[in-house]
Amino acid sequence: MLMTDMAHTEQRDYIGAKLGMWFFLFTEVLLFGGMFLVYSVYREVNTADFHEAGMEMNVVIGAVNTIILLTSSLTMALSISAIKKGAKNSSVLLQAATVLLGIAFLVNKYFEWSDHIRHGFYPNSPQLLAMSHGKILFFGLYYVMTGIHALHVLIGMSVITFILVLTIRGTVTSSDYIKLENAGLFWHLVDVIWIYLFPLFYLIL
Amino acid sequence: MEESKNHITGTKTYVLVWFVLLCLTGLTIEAAQLKMGEWSMVANIAIASAKASLVLWFFMHLRQEKRLFKLLIFVPLITISIIIGLTFFDIWYR
Repeated sequence: MLMTDMAHTEQRDYIGAKLGMWFFLFTEVLLFGGMFLVYSVYREVNTADFHEAGMEMNVVIGAVNTIILLTSSLTMALSISAIKKGAKNSSVLLQAATVLLGIAFLVNKYFEWSDHIRHGFYPNSPQLLAMSHGKILFFGLYYVMTGIHALHVLIGMSVITFILVLTIRGTVTSSDYIKLENAGLFWHLVDVIWIYLFPLFYLIL
Repeated sequence: MEESKNHITGTKTYVLVWFVLLCLTGLTIEAAQLKMGEWSMVANIAIASAKASLVLWFFMHLRQEKRLFKLLIFVPLITISIIIGLTFFDIWYR
């Protein structure tokens, strides 16, 4: 009883906390937006090269990673519903599932990139430098954009793991879950960015 | 606080949204196979935007947020549209 009384006297600003998170997400959108701008301009100028280079992409790995991220967004959203209902254990399990799906995404990415590198497609590789200008640009953009995205997946996983510990410790509860909700917002944004990256790099057949 | 507590989206809704997202992923792969040239890209971006809207509206809880949040997301979107749009005017008509 004492605990809940204390919690009620604490100063909280959920709207402010969420608004701050959304503003941060907007800067992320602009960060990736700049890269989408560069992509769209170079694709417009080197359409044929981008199509040919896109053939090197493994649509199956891309599709599997899309499914993994969409599913992880589902588990993330469900973990917030669970904590709101006071179901701490299911929330913890769903957060853990989200992190595991993030790991699965990165493992896939590891195999995908290893495969490219084995085939001689990596920045400044002799094979790539011998190719046309447009293809070099495509692979450069591919590595930078999916690389920065993968970094965001890694950061998102770390943040969710941190929140997971807070949930177990009872800092994140059914009456105070803004940290989990904001971590979720970040995770969903990373998903949204991948939703655009997938067709831009894997589906330009 | 009390307001948002009343808005617990049901598991069913989330699973349904997830299922629609998977269907749209299948659709975008199909659209790419049709080899409609530039139209494939237009179709893919349209489908991606539909998917992104679903994630924003349901998973990111925009549908439960105050109008301020719903309107604010147009700020980065319009900014990017203007930047990309004006750049393309330069590329096409220079």
